[in-house]
Amino acid sequence: MTYLLTGARLLGGAPRDILLDGGVVAEVGEPGRVDAAGATRVDADGLVALPGLVDLHTHLREPGREDAETVASGTAAAALGGYTAVHAMANTSPVADTAGVVEQVWRLGRQAGHCDVHPVGAVTSGLAGRQLAELGAMADSAARVRVFSDDGVCVSDAVLMRRALEYVKAFDGVVAQHAQEPRLTEGAQMNEGAVSGRLGLTGWPAVAEEAIIARDCLLAAHVGSRLHVCHVSTAGSVEILRWAKSKGWDVTAEVTPHHLLLTDSRAESSPVGPYNPLYKVNPPLRTDADVLALREALADGTIDCVATDHAPHPVEDKETEWPAAAMGMIGLETALSVVQEAMVETGLLDWAGVADRMSARPARIGRLTGQGGPVEAGAPANLTLFDPATRGAVDPGGFASKSRNTPYQGMTLPGTVVATFLRGRPTVFEGKLT
Amino acid sequence: MNRHLLSTSDLSRDDALLILDTAEHLAQVADRSIKKLPTLRGRTVVNLFFEDSTRTRISFEAAAKRLSADVINFSAKGSSVSKGESLKDTALTLQAMGADAVVVRHGASGAPHRLATWVDGSVVNAGDGTHEHPTQALLDAFTMRRRLGDLDGRRVTIVGDVLHSRVARSNVHLLHTLGAQVTLVAPPTLVPVSMGDWPCEVSYDFDAVLPKSDVVMMLRVQHERMNASYFPSAREYSRRYGLDPERLGRMPEGAIVMHPGPMNRGMEIAAEVADSGRSTIVEQVTNGVTVRMAVLYLLLSGSEPAIGGTQ
Amino acid sequence: MNGAQNQARDDRRPMAGQSPRDAAETPEGPRPGDEYAGDERAVLEAPDINRALTRIAHEILERAKGPEKLLLLGIPTRGTILARRLADRIEQVEGQPVAFGSLDVTMYRDDLRLKPARALGRTDLPTEGVDGRIVVLVDDVLYSGRTVRAALDALNDLGRPTAVRLAVLVDRGHRELPIRADHVGKNLPTSRAETVRVCLAETDQRDAVLLRGGLR
Repeated sequence: MTYLLTGARLLGGAPRDILLDGGVVAEVGEPGRVDAAGATRVDADGLVALPGLVDLHTHLREPGREDAETVASGTAAAALGGYTAVHAMANTSPVADTAGVVEQVWRLGRQAGHCDVHPVGAVTSGLAGRQLAELGAMADSAARVRVFSDDGVCVSDAVLMRRALEYVKAFDGVVAQHAQEPRLTEGAQMNEGAVSGRLGLTGWPAVAEEAIIARDCLLAAHVGSRLHVCHVSTAGSVEILRWAKSKGWDVTAEVTPHHLLLTDSRAESSPVGPYNPLYKVNPPLRTDADVLALREALADGTIDCVATDHAPHPVEDKETEWPAAAMGMIGLETALSVVQEAMVETGLLDWAGVADRMSARPARIGRLTGQGGPVEAGAPANLTLFDPATRGAVDPGGFASKSRNTPYQGMTLPGTVVATFLRGRPTVFEGKLT
Repeated sequence: MNRHLLSTSDLSRDDALLILDTAEHLAQVADRSIKKLPTLRGRTVVNLFFEDSTRTRISFEAAAKRLSADVINFSAKGSSVSKGESLKDTALTLQAMGADAVVVRHGASGAPHRLATWVDGSVVNAGDGTHEHPTQALLDAFTMRRRLGDLDGRRVTIVGDVLHSRVARSNVHLLHTLGAQVTLVAPPTLVPVSMGDWPCEVSYDFDAVLPKSDVVMMLRVQHERMNASYFPSAREYSRRYGLDPERLGRMPEGAIVMHPGPMNRGMEIAAEVADSGRSTIVEQVTNGVTVRMAVLYLLLSGSEPAIGGTQ
Repeated sequence: MNGAQNQARDDRRPMAGQSPRDAAETPEGPRPGDEYAGDERAVLEAPDINRALTRIAHEILERAKGPEKLLLLGIPTRGTILARRLADRIEQVEGQPVAFGSLDVTMYRDDLRLKPARALGRTDLPTEGVDGRIVVLVDDVLYSGRTVRAALDALNDLGRPTAVRLAVLVDRGHRELPIRADHVGKNLPTSRAETVRVCLAETDQRDAVLLRGGLR
């Protein structure tokens, strides 16, 4: 199929006609100047065209927790959120710590066809933090794993972390660290601060994240490897990353949409009542000052990218008392809207900046080819049409994800994904899965 | 309409005074030969206890029975709950049984708030995790008022494991609402790191605060805190933060000693202090029934509750 | 929430000049805050009330054959005031004090669930209790009789008086239970739509019994 997207504002700029043909971008030109005989015309007037989004941090739950999400449902949610590639985290059951498991996930992604699925390999066997998993086998597998993470748990052993950082140099891999000092966060329920003190919930201190990030930056510098920091959540972490980058060290970092918009006050008062575990997430929602620092850091590039940490959980794991509830929130289908609200509406990022932080940079960190743009003649036709002019209430009922644990329930957010193209083929068209 | 008692921070000054005044009237009932009132006839109160707390459960049970309510005791131990039934399913079961009020004790902070979203009846928090224990604070305030009169301007010192104490949280809010000046005394490891907006003072020095206290309330110190290095040893804790006869002697004349129980005699409080004339510990138990009667009466007797205002 | 309910909520705390019990006794009748067609008019003024209480004091004494065993128990708030005044008069006549107190009946009411939970009144009894006494219940207005029924139940839980009698300042009729007063200040025929309000100097700055006309 050939598509002519007419009048799309490429990266939020002047209107352009974009011709997609044969899986690549055939031509980008002034409106009305692109010759497109026989093409299906898509009226993209007023819509923002972005390169297909890339998520470095998605939990697809398959294999093991298909009641919460499957590769098919999770990637459908990704497509609806404007994504053309996701990295599937390793904390499945069994854990993605062998070539067999990562190839299975990779194949399931190809079968579903909603977006590219790049499995993340576990750093340690069984995420147990004792022994390195077969990182090389996973790198050499059909899934060509380049990102390794024990996400969900921290690689807290300094020696093991050093070895992992060193080892992945052989195939240009990266260790994505879930930074959480375990002893400082035993039984932790939410950000340690005024709200946790009032609510009587065990605190998760910012220092437990910052101490690990500082250590890992030093380790990465020492062994000359690259480090990626998952879901940065505190102002202090931003300071450490800024310092590490100023040294020229190869350190990258991500921030989640929810850490850009929500604070720990939600545990105390929210549209869904106090102590509602919809707001329970790891790392926890922090304070206003942290949110502002994270936005600033994403804007100035200290934090490289937005990653969703999409974490589906079935209803029964959230309809409980807070300490018994699972940590995590879904985010693929709301990510771009949240980024518009937190970064674009505030003037911190323009749409070119959004494309950089949600597509180009994550693709580069994951060493993906054919993803991350730019949208220009000859490039793979991975792109997203987004209408930033809408504004509406978040309706989890319409989500493609199997889970409903969105923290944005009851909120209004801007923007709608109108279409997503994966190598020239629409995965989402007129706001619906194809 | 707020039909629950979940936190003392939800109580206005008028609400708090109404409860205490009502309790004052009800205290007379305790002195007569027939201690029962017909007021809550036909109403069902469920005591839903996920943690063992015989004293609190008995107190609520006595309160409900003196008001002629039907009482169902639901202990989570050995029930379907211990077989993995969720709090929500338990709530729906109680709902189906027609509970007009659920008195809940739970190890998880906020569990009563969650329960309140699943049942139609009134939820009374009988202690949730390390969050609150509102009726304990109400009975403490009631006891103070009976001994000292109006609490406005009174200096109340609460000593011990503030970090993990639901009694301390509930008391800070309520006593502030009633006009008292609260000082929390604890080793720095046992106060929350950030307590910017708590309406109270914090001190690490018991001896400095002692002579300026009208009330000294000692909190129970759990032995497991010692193993988690919150303080070096029981002896050191006792030396720095325990109330012994020597410290009792330095309290102002007329000042009283309180303890929510159960006590660790010899740890946070010396036996001679606990048994002294200044101690209100036994009165607190008696007053507990009266205050809980007042709470149940005000939440359940009418077509709508008399406390809590709108929410 | 409509206005009437709002008003009803306010009733749970005793208000000066308005007995919440009066409203409680007329579930279908007018409530404080409703608008009335006519003005309030006084059916008894201070001297009338004074004379009525003096007469009732003498009646009580005569019937009890002396003050020794008497116990006057007022039903809060205005019944308590009237009981104290009657006790004063009996003391003036007899030269010796007569026991009096107050008996709150809220916890015994049969209409609690029709209205928001309400504050309790005082119960003050002599330390000797009620056993063997001639108890005279004192209230301001006798209407449905339900308050007196509640008082009899409350008394039953407190002990066993030799006899129980009832004295009221105004009997306005419309009984719903087989109850009658032994001593009545004034029989006042009313319609259910009317409101009777008793003002006493101790709480309302003046003595008067006021009648207000039906609903507009």
